[in-house]
Amino acid sequence: MERTPSLAERILVNGLVLVFVVFALYPVLWVISLSLSSSGMGEGGSVLPIPHDPSLANFKMVLGGDDPQKTWLFGRQLANSLLVSLLTAVVAIAIATPCAYALARFRFVGKEAGLRTLLVTQMFPTVASAVPLYLLLDALGLLDSRLGLTLVYATTAVPFAIFQLRGAFESIPVDLEEAAMVDGASRFEAFIRVVLPAARPAISVTALFAFMSAWNEFILAATLLSRESAFTLPVVLQRYVGEHDAQWGVFAAGAIIVSAPVMLLFYVAQRQLVSGLTAGGVKG
Amino acid sequence: MIRALLLAAFAVLFVSLGAGCGEEPKIVFWHAYRGDEETALIKLTKDYEAEHKVTIELLSVPFDAYAAKLESAIPHAHGPDAFIDAHERLGSDLQNRLVAPIGDALPEKDVAVFEPASLNALTIAGVRYGVPLSEKCIALYVNEDLVPKTPRTIEELVALPVPVGGYPLVYEAGTPFYHAPFLSAFGASMLTADGQFGMVGEGAEDSLRLVAGWQKNGLLPEEPSGPVVKELFSTGKANAAISGPWLAGDLGKMRFRVEPLPLVGKTGQRMRPLLTVESAFLTPGGSKREEVRAFVRYLGGKQASLVRASLGRQVVANKQAWEEPALQNDKVLIAFHAATKDADPMPTSTAMRATWVPAQEAIRKVLRGDVEPKAALEEARARFLDALKPPPSPPSPTPLFLVCGLVLAGLALLMVKRVREPGFKAEFRRGRRAYAYVLHAAVIILLLVVLPLVLGALTSFFAGTRDQPQYVGLSNYVSILTARGGDLLGHGSFYLTLLVTVLWTLCNIALHVGIGVLLGVLLSRQWLRLRAIYRVLLIIPWAVPNYVTALAWKGMFHRQFGAINAILKALGAEPVSFFSHWSTAFAANVATNVWLGFPFMMVVTLGALTSIPKEVLEAAEVDGATRWQRFRHVTLPLLLPNMLPAVVLGTVWTFNMFNVVFLVSGGEPDGTTDILVSEAYRWAFTRNSQYGYAAAYAVIIMGLLFVMTRMLGRLTPKDVDKGETAAKDAPKGAH
Repeated sequence: MERTPSLAERILVNGLVLVFVVFALYPVLWVISLSLSSSGMGEGGSVLPIPHDPSLANFKMVLGGDDPQKTWLFGRQLANSLLVSLLTAVVAIAIATPCAYALARFRFVGKEAGLRTLLVTQMFPTVASAVPLYLLLDALGLLDSRLGLTLVYATTAVPFAIFQLRGAFESIPVDLEEAAMVDGASRFEAFIRVVLPAARPAISVTALFAFMSAWNEFILAATLLSRESAFTLPVVLQRYVGEHDAQWGVFAAGAIIVSAPVMLLFYVAQRQLVSGLTAGGVKG
Repeated sequence: MIRALLLAAFAVLFVSLGAGCGEEPKIVFWHAYRGDEETALIKLTKDYEAEHKVTIELLSVPFDAYAAKLESAIPHAHGPDAFIDAHERLGSDLQNRLVAPIGDALPEKDVAVFEPASLNALTIAGVRYGVPLSEKCIALYVNEDLVPKTPRTIEELVALPVPVGGYPLVYEAGTPFYHAPFLSAFGASMLTADGQFGMVGEGAEDSLRLVAGWQKNGLLPEEPSGPVVKELFSTGKANAAISGPWLAGDLGKMRFRVEPLPLVGKTGQRMRPLLTVESAFLTPGGSKREEVRAFVRYLGGKQASLVRASLGRQVVANKQAWEEPALQNDKVLIAFHAATKDADPMPTSTAMRATWVPAQEAIRKVLRGDVEPKAALEEARARFLDALKPPPSPPSPTPLFLVCGLVLAGLALLMVKRVREPGFKAEFRRGRRAYAYVLHAAVIILLLVVLPLVLGALTSFFAGTRDQPQYVGLSNYVSILTARGGDLLGHGSFYLTLLVTVLWTLCNIALHVGIGVLLGVLLSRQWLRLRAIYRVLLIIPWAVPNYVTALAWKGMFHRQFGAINAILKALGAEPVSFFSHWSTAFAANVATNVWLGFPFMMVVTLGALTSIPKEVLEAAEVDGATRWQRFRHVTLPLLLPNMLPAVVLGTVWTFNMFNVVFLVSGGEPDGTTDILVSEAYRWAFTRNSQYGYAAAYAVIIMGLLFVMTRMLGRLTPKDVDKGETAAKDAPKGAH
């Protein structure tokens, strides 16, 4: 039903998009090239990201070469990252979904105040709340534990998840639930059986965001954890680029290992991403 | 299938995490070593564990995070039993009660074994803290092939002929640690004996004039960082380098020698480097345990010192180790050992920490030729005094209680009034079932998000260290809002930083939305064959963790090794020192953040476009509207309101985008590209731990954002909003 475009238009559109594709890929290619170079940064800069003396030494180093205690620490840390991030996603969704549903469907006292509080929590810089959080976790006996970290990540992910899911629930027609309730389902049953399946794309996108926020976070993790066996991957990665002794090649290899799972998830979820990202209802 | 896999994965993880508990006494030991030094320490620990019935848990903390982590963990008994740190931190460590006297970990009979200077550095008011492990200072590396005989003075050294494209001398000229030897030769210092800023007066100015002259004449490389120094010296492009023992490991087979730093000809004085004594310290908890003290004693002993010297390449502080043949043939270590005799131990007072940043800014400004040494040093001194300004005298807390009480009473009154309203009970009852859905979330958010936030906000009424807070009322706010009594738009003032932050946010949001909408509209064309592939590739920046992105871009903007300068060179342009000028440093930050953020807006646009009914566009086309008119008058007005929530959220995120600013420009040049959040961070972590001040910044940031988002929210005309909701309610395709 669209007209076929002229050749000039095709070239223009493709060209324009390609410019941005190059912009998007260039730094990533540099990281890849650096991770494959065995001789660090090499002499001077070059325009094209081509590795010097290609080798997999940096990857070997990250995956276990730098492990004099031979316990495959990296495997453990990978498991930590996976566990913490998956749990964060699950817990955040479990907390946010019913709450977002209520905010989308019910009118109740305190709703406006609650929404405003949620938005405000997004504005307060963590610089100032990190210390009280530390004391609080200490009081709960959850300092230096993966459970404590998960709890912190999940709760920080909840406000955004609520906004996101509320937007999704609002876009689902009320008739669907009402039909189910006419058929004898309770409100809660209708929510579980009808609304949740309809909101699946949004829920998976929200879960992806929660997973990602936990997977990439390192400031809190570095402050709260103090056992190497409890570290998550970003904390491990941070060690490779200290102020005095930066191993860029190893860092790049680690960065690729850390980024790959998220890229894969994005690739799998990209269809949902367009329909599921509502970022809705943040109308303060 | 996927569900089963996930369950299995969880089961495996839980089982694997549950394992591992020990019976033996355990010593927790922290350090910030990497590479050879870490290898040596691990070997020593293994040896010790094999001989004694203890388990030693080593933790290597990144150097940048080390101090903050010690400060937060030790007072809460989550820290180590003992740790390795530089002696100059002893003053603040004592103030924060992180260390205890060394006791029998350094028995009186062993005192003679250690270098007297290193022991002195660890003694405060007659009490000894710490066992000295190694002494670190910088010295002169000379390329044996280029300079057969080292001249007597640094001026003669710099005047020697150089290889093509090379330099007579390379060192990290913009770092105070490396400038300190010049200061000493001119009779000045970083900190005077009575704790005042020492970079003042003729001597300090002359020392800056000397190196600025070299820089101006192209005798020093631009923006020389550690890697640049290593690269230039190891490839034979520099006659000499000033560096520490760590450089030797990277020089491979090249012929070089290490010597103490030369004289400065103008004054006839020797350049005396700063000396750091790395030592093992006991924490208050660890000092009570015999096995911890024994382990620390062992680390400083002769056997352990030999391992640290030969394997870890350390200039050990144990004199007995130097008598062993293994060390007597080690030319590099011996040279550095000799250099330590001419070095001045750094002061341990807390004021020393406050000298680094102002001194660094002054040195860099003079090297860039921006200002005269005198003016730069005066400004540095003012900043040093500013960072150390004692907290204002504590006012009576009554006004605070009064205000808090009034606010609470007011809130209570409002609530009572609301409850008394006629329809309230019915309304409450009607909404009651909703509470079953929100209660758990409300409790958890209140406890773990809102409570820390409120406590953090309350910190803004206090000053002083974390463990001895002092109530100061509103004076943190007053100080921030009056630009600390200085020029309202002066350096580092709140208003200037706010201006930069607003500009930063505007540039980013404009580019994010602009590029996002452009790509969204382009990619929504059905005839674009490769659009699925394009979309995947364009989303990639979103999937990369933002600290990786930031560091990758920082590397691309590097003066010598960066890809951007390589492109400029290929185009025939001069390379740019991106972080020496405000405009280029700011542009570098924006470029990084735009890269990071445009995919989000693109996806939001794609989503919003699907909700624009095709019929409207077709109707416009039938009416003869051109393509631009259709976009301008139909697509855009329908698109933007739909995107507004995302724009609001994007604004909040960008306003507080700490990682990019901190990691890419780091505020360079001279803190002028810092935004409010990174400024708050500096107050909390680099300027004498002024958490209260940082918290006041945070509260102000929150207030600004609140007002800003309210204003943005007003932009949505109510009728459009309703129209959108109606459009959204249209059934979507089943999934």
